[in-house]
Amino acid sequence: MSPNPTAKPAASIQRPQRPVWEVWSEKGLEWIIRLCGISAIIFVLAIFFFVFREAAPALWSDNFKLGQFLFSKEWYPTSEVNVRYGIFALLVGTACVSGFAVLVAVPFSLGAAIFISEFCGPRLKEVLKVVIELLAAIPSVVWGFIGLTVMSKLIVQYTGAPVGVNILNGGIILALMCVPIITSIAEDALKAVPDTYREAALALGATRWQIVYRVLLPAAKNGLLAAVLLGVGRAVGETMAVLMATGHAVQIPHGLLDSVRTLTANIAAELGEAPVHSEHYRVLFLTGVLLFIITFVINLLADLVVRGIRKQS
Amino acid sequence: MNTENIPDAATTANRFTETELVRKKYRAESVAKYLFLSMAILMIIPLVSLVSYVVYRAWPSLGLEFILEVPLRGMREGGVWSALVGTVYLVVVALSISAPVGVLAAIYLNEYAKDNWFHRAINLAVINLAGVPSIVHALFGLGAFVYAAKFGYSILSASLTLAIMTMPVVITSTREALNAVPQSFREACWNVGATRWQTIRRIVLPNSISGVLTGVILEVSRTAGETAPIMFTGAVFYKAVERGDFLPYHLTDQCMALSLHLFAISTQVPDVKESLPFATAVVLLLVVLSVNATSIGLRTWLRSRKKW
Repeated sequence: MSPNPTAKPAASIQRPQRPVWEVWSEKGLEWIIRLCGISAIIFVLAIFFFVFREAAPALWSDNFKLGQFLFSKEWYPTSEVNVRYGIFALLVGTACVSGFAVLVAVPFSLGAAIFISEFCGPRLKEVLKVVIELLAAIPSVVWGFIGLTVMSKLIVQYTGAPVGVNILNGGIILALMCVPIITSIAEDALKAVPDTYREAALALGATRWQIVYRVLLPAAKNGLLAAVLLGVGRAVGETMAVLMATGHAVQIPHGLLDSVRTLTANIAAELGEAPVHSEHYRVLFLTGVLLFIITFVINLLADLVVRGIRKQS
Repeated sequence: MNTENIPDAATTANRFTETELVRKKYRAESVAKYLFLSMAILMIIPLVSLVSYVVYRAWPSLGLEFILEVPLRGMREGGVWSALVGTVYLVVVALSISAPVGVLAAIYLNEYAKDNWFHRAINLAVINLAGVPSIVHALFGLGAFVYAAKFGYSILSASLTLAIMTMPVVITSTREALNAVPQSFREACWNVGATRWQTIRRIVLPNSISGVLTGVILEVSRTAGETAPIMFTGAVFYKAVERGDFLPYHLTDQCMALSLHLFAISTQVPDVKESLPFATAVVLLLVVLSVNATSIGLRTWLRSRKKW
């Protein structure tokens, strides 16, 4: 580094002084950096505040009861005579679609993570990691479009279902979206296991599979659990893909081939039609608050689980 | 760990007397290996087949004309020009907000913050910001920017929403880049009397600038693909734009966007020319994946010429 040109060498005993403006501008800049540093906290609080602010008046409305909101399956927000806001069917829809997606995605992504981290050569590893990254980059609206056009036709053809947009369709699409996320986090978790563990197991004559099964999986189980949790969070929060691929029926599903509607898709579908600041509009915001809380809890859990490992080691 | 040095199962087995136990062990090994290989491959097959099918269906519409033409006859024919320009607008405005804030936040987290509860709280907030559903970001944008700040339904509101939503991408990747600069570089700089900021400005940033850039490029791809956050904050299904017009929108206008355009013509508009939505999907994929590939290529190139 070249010597600072603005620093003037003063008398031989004195230390070189920097100009006052430079000292102050540096101080100002550091304050800006601090402000940006805490911006993430500000934004999270702001998201909760503004969404809740729009939602709050609904809580004191006559038509709204919290018990009915959570446990009734009757969602008739635009009814003339008897307005009912029950999101139970939407909750069940979200649980079914994301549950199915995670069930499908977890074995594949953990298997792929183990293969990438332990079994394959360095070149193949690079290729696979790039593919995963590209897979993760595909926009959700494109996934939804694929579900709507390609997947739904396949489902009608092979299962004989009357409509192709249903839990199965949305679940498969969501699973394809979750796999790259779970895989890359799980691979990180496996990479974080110290090499000494592997070497010790090798010295005992273990094969790679035995190392994976007896050493790596127990050692990395917290990281793997966190990966699965983050996958669940992603599946619950996904909007466009499920909006396009799960059909639009507010109902409790009886099988994989029933159409459902999820919490996220419900907001996306109805917010445009709900008159601004009407009760319906506020209840949709309240659903948003609920979604925020659900994903917050999932992320918090994942963080605590990961923290668990650090404490142990 | 260098997995290359582990001797191959077959050759090692021959060196010892094979007992039933050993044979079983190696059988399990190869079964496991091919099982996991098939799982990894099964992950790629859908990607390749779906994308190639979409390209195949889009083929009749694809071409330069499709990109330069605006949507015609109520979006049933024509091209994607107005949507493409709208997406560029949204990305540029969002990036000019979130890239500086995100990079500075990462500098704070990596260079200034001490490892205490406050630091952990910021970390948790970043993870959460990335994990909040996109539709909740849309609600936030609607409540905060459209109504509370009175920006109205505009490019500005939509971009601000996108900026906040994609900021974690920049923060995380910039932190990684800053973290990769060896601590000894900083210590050497402090020892010659440089202040914290001087060290960051002259040593840490120049040595990590390309990694920071990679993160910013990654954010471009993320921003371009999002649909839900802009649906209710500033993007509209249709807006009349002149063919080939480069600056059709103002900051306070509503605009079209590629992702929302795909949603609109595949679900909301009847009798669309069959290959049109597929072609739109291909253009969107091309934008997102090429930006992403640039970022990956840059990173690989950097890693190959790493100096320390």
